[in-house]
Amino acid sequence: MKHAFPFSAIVGQSEMKSAMILTAIDPGIGGVLVFGDRGTGKSTAVRALAALLPPVSVVRGSATNAAALDDVPDWDRGAGDEIVDVPTPVIDLPLGATEDRVVGALDIERAITHGEKAFEPGLLARANRGYLYIDEVNLLEDHIVDLLLDVAASGENVIEREGLSIRHDARFVLVGSGNPEEGELRPQLLDRFGLSVEVRSPQDVEERIDVIRRRAAYDVNPEAFLQKWRGEDLNIRNSILAARAALPNIETKDAALRDCAELCLALGSDGLRGELTLLRAARAQAAYEGAPSITRTHIRSVAAMALSHRLRRDPLDEAGSSARVSRLMADILV
Amino acid sequence: MKQSRPETWVAGHLALLLIAVDPAGLGGLHLRARACPVRDAFLNSAPDALLPMVRIAPTLDDDAVFGGTDIAESLRHGRLVRKQGLISRAGTLLLTMAERLRPGRAARLSQHLDTAESGPMILLDEGIDDEAAPRVLTERLAFMIDLDGVRAFELSELALSPEDVADARAHLDRVTIPDAAIAALTVAAARLGIGSMRAPVLALAAARANAALHRRNTVTEEDLNLAVELVFAHRATQLPEDAGPPSPDTEPPDTEPDTETEPEGKDQSFDIPDELLVDAVRAVLPDGALFALSDAAKSRAPAQGTGAGRRRRSNRRGRPLPAKPGKPGSDARLDLFATLRAAAPWQQMRRAAQPDRTGLILKSSDFRVKVYEERSDRLIIFVVDASGSAAVTRLAEAKGAVETVLADAYASRDHVALIAFRGDGAEALLPPTRSLVQAKRALGALPGGGGTPLAAGLRAAADMARRAQGQGMSPALALLTDGRANIGLTAPGREAAQADAERYAALIAAMRLPALVLDTNRRPKDDLSALAGIMGATYLPLPRADAQAISRSVHDALRK
Repeated sequence: MKHAFPFSAIVGQSEMKSAMILTAIDPGIGGVLVFGDRGTGKSTAVRALAALLPPVSVVRGSATNAAALDDVPDWDRGAGDEIVDVPTPVIDLPLGATEDRVVGALDIERAITHGEKAFEPGLLARANRGYLYIDEVNLLEDHIVDLLLDVAASGENVIEREGLSIRHDARFVLVGSGNPEEGELRPQLLDRFGLSVEVRSPQDVEERIDVIRRRAAYDVNPEAFLQKWRGEDLNIRNSILAARAALPNIETKDAALRDCAELCLALGSDGLRGELTLLRAARAQAAYEGAPSITRTHIRSVAAMALSHRLRRDPLDEAGSSARVSRLMADILV
Repeated sequence: MKQSRPETWVAGHLALLLIAVDPAGLGGLHLRARACPVRDAFLNSAPDALLPMVRIAPTLDDDAVFGGTDIAESLRHGRLVRKQGLISRAGTLLLTMAERLRPGRAARLSQHLDTAESGPMILLDEGIDDEAAPRVLTERLAFMIDLDGVRAFELSELALSPEDVADARAHLDRVTIPDAAIAALTVAAARLGIGSMRAPVLALAAARANAALHRRNTVTEEDLNLAVELVFAHRATQLPEDAGPPSPDTEPPDTEPDTETEPEGKDQSFDIPDELLVDAVRAVLPDGALFALSDAAKSRAPAQGTGAGRRRRSNRRGRPLPAKPGKPGSDARLDLFATLRAAAPWQQMRRAAQPDRTGLILKSSDFRVKVYEERSDRLIIFVVDASGSAAVTRLAEAKGAVETVLADAYASRDHVALIAFRGDGAEALLPPTRSLVQAKRALGALPGGGGTPLAAGLRAAADMARRAQGQGMSPALALLTDGRANIGLTAPGREAAQADAERYAALIAAMRLPALVLDTNRRPKDDLSALAGIMGATYLPLPRADAQAISRSVHDALRK
């Protein structure tokens, strides 16, 4: 198995990288949506982030990556009785995946060959405590999308079918990517993603050359390349770990709450989810920077990614949503 | 291509050879050609290192391709029998009829291609016009060769021994890449309007493989030239403006006349101006071909963007319907209860016939598979009269209607297309899409004025509707006009034009397309309502058509 491209070696794309780091610090932010052209390193970044994160402790062989023996559901026969460290799971959800593969279903092989009613876990079980990555999320079947929304919101996968009645934990960070030219995403789904970023292939020639240079170096000699970037990857990992530890102690002043609320009101974003996400993201950002409390700088740096996809679409507004967010931000957060 | 046909043949061989040298780095080849002896000859001439070729047809079920459980065998032996998928076999994956690949299958194949253990792929793409293999795959393959027009008598054998390929493979690790080469390739890609960063990576791999083939220890200008010809030419979406339009036969209009021989002397010892590489691409691109390419790229995207709703009766997703007899596989789910119910009445008889067996005796005729109902996507085709004086306003309102329909189309999964007719023909201004972004760009500048070739408009709409039906969508038409047909398809004159229009209206009626005729005249016209009658369409006079009114009436009339 080839090692993932180092996270720190990804050139540019700072917004995408920082969105991913923020969800790694606080998974409660709720997923990242990356929209942009093909070949801009979307999938590379997701896999790189997972490789960068510290391993998670799971019960050996557990289908749901259970953290402790008590968490192992009784249908899980494969689970052992010791705790091991495994890399953070990143599960790909391919387009055209059937509902059975996603939520899990009756294990037909077992049913037929042994006459037992057993549960075969799906992708949602395997993604528990990790990342669920959906490339081309905008082309996903509607009923799979509905199902994902439901599970992502509740953190629990409920299976009621074929005589099975099972529920298991399914807490994961949803990472979706896609190309807006090929179709839009329903607002209900858009809203469930905590953060959203747009990526473009780098416009600066030097930056592009850098991308190819690093990629070539990685292809020719992966070991040496990984070695070279290990230090920086470790730095990011340590900052993420430190930020996770600091997160509960970050102070939220009333002024910050007021700023978030005013920003969301002015933008007319639907529901409270925007405010909550903005606050969570700002807190994670403060923790990452080692600040004791949330300041306007933190809010400013995360506002576009937390809010731009929650605005009501105005077909006649030519400027993008992010532009609207920054315009308003300039007015409100003076 | 300006490249003569024998050159295409040679380029194709070179591509195969390079893939044989570095299969992991190059991904494979996108081969556009109809099934014909030339294609067979081309594939037969592939280097031994690419053999065996594993054929994967789009009709194979997922279990056969990616591996899974063999239920029938498991049942017979009473234990779990797994079968290995075709993609895990050694050799080259040959994907036949790649233009018919479902997006889900294409996505899984592309994931497989991203892993190190994948073999190279050859996509056999028989697509016509805007049909093409899914971008998600072609984007990952270094080469594209179009064999269209290569004649059998032009074929030549290219001799290269298997040892040559093996030697080159061994040599590959020794090839170094000068930094200037990376810069030149990247800049060239940017100037040719290639946004994806995969293209320079693939070109670099191609250059490296070519250097290895020639036993060079470093990538040279020659390798880079070849790489851009093979990798960039079909990806280019623009040629740099400073060089003027591409001219097929003259020297590239450049300040340096001897571009082919000496690179400009800068202070570096090894320096390839990207201009040379751009010229190399220009040399293999014919006049106008570029724009055809980028247009195809544009219309290709929505063609594969039909995420859902291909089949109306699906056996995998959607709302459940009663089970039916069938063979379970990954594409059809076994309905266990229905199967048991079907088997139950026969148990006594079967046990009598086979006294040595215990338990339930199932036969394959007992199998029942689940059937689901799936709603297919709707495509609303706006056919807009762009003739006469009122054209500009009508088009603007139609554009507004398209955007309004799209803006609230999320929940209903509508696709929208727009055909405008004027002068002597019809033009698809917006290919079927769900993307507001794309619609806005395509409808940015709308031409207007001229005669009313109603028949041409209806014909274009019928063609588009038929293609959409082939992709599993349910098309519907909305015709916006204020006039009578005055330009026909064959004979001149008003009567002929009207007769042509009525013929196509009848055809649309025969296709049973839901249709709506919006009459934008100040006073409703009888012949338009007659035409609507022939089409089997709803007729609606709408004297002051504005975007809101149009989209509302389309909504009411077509979505029932």
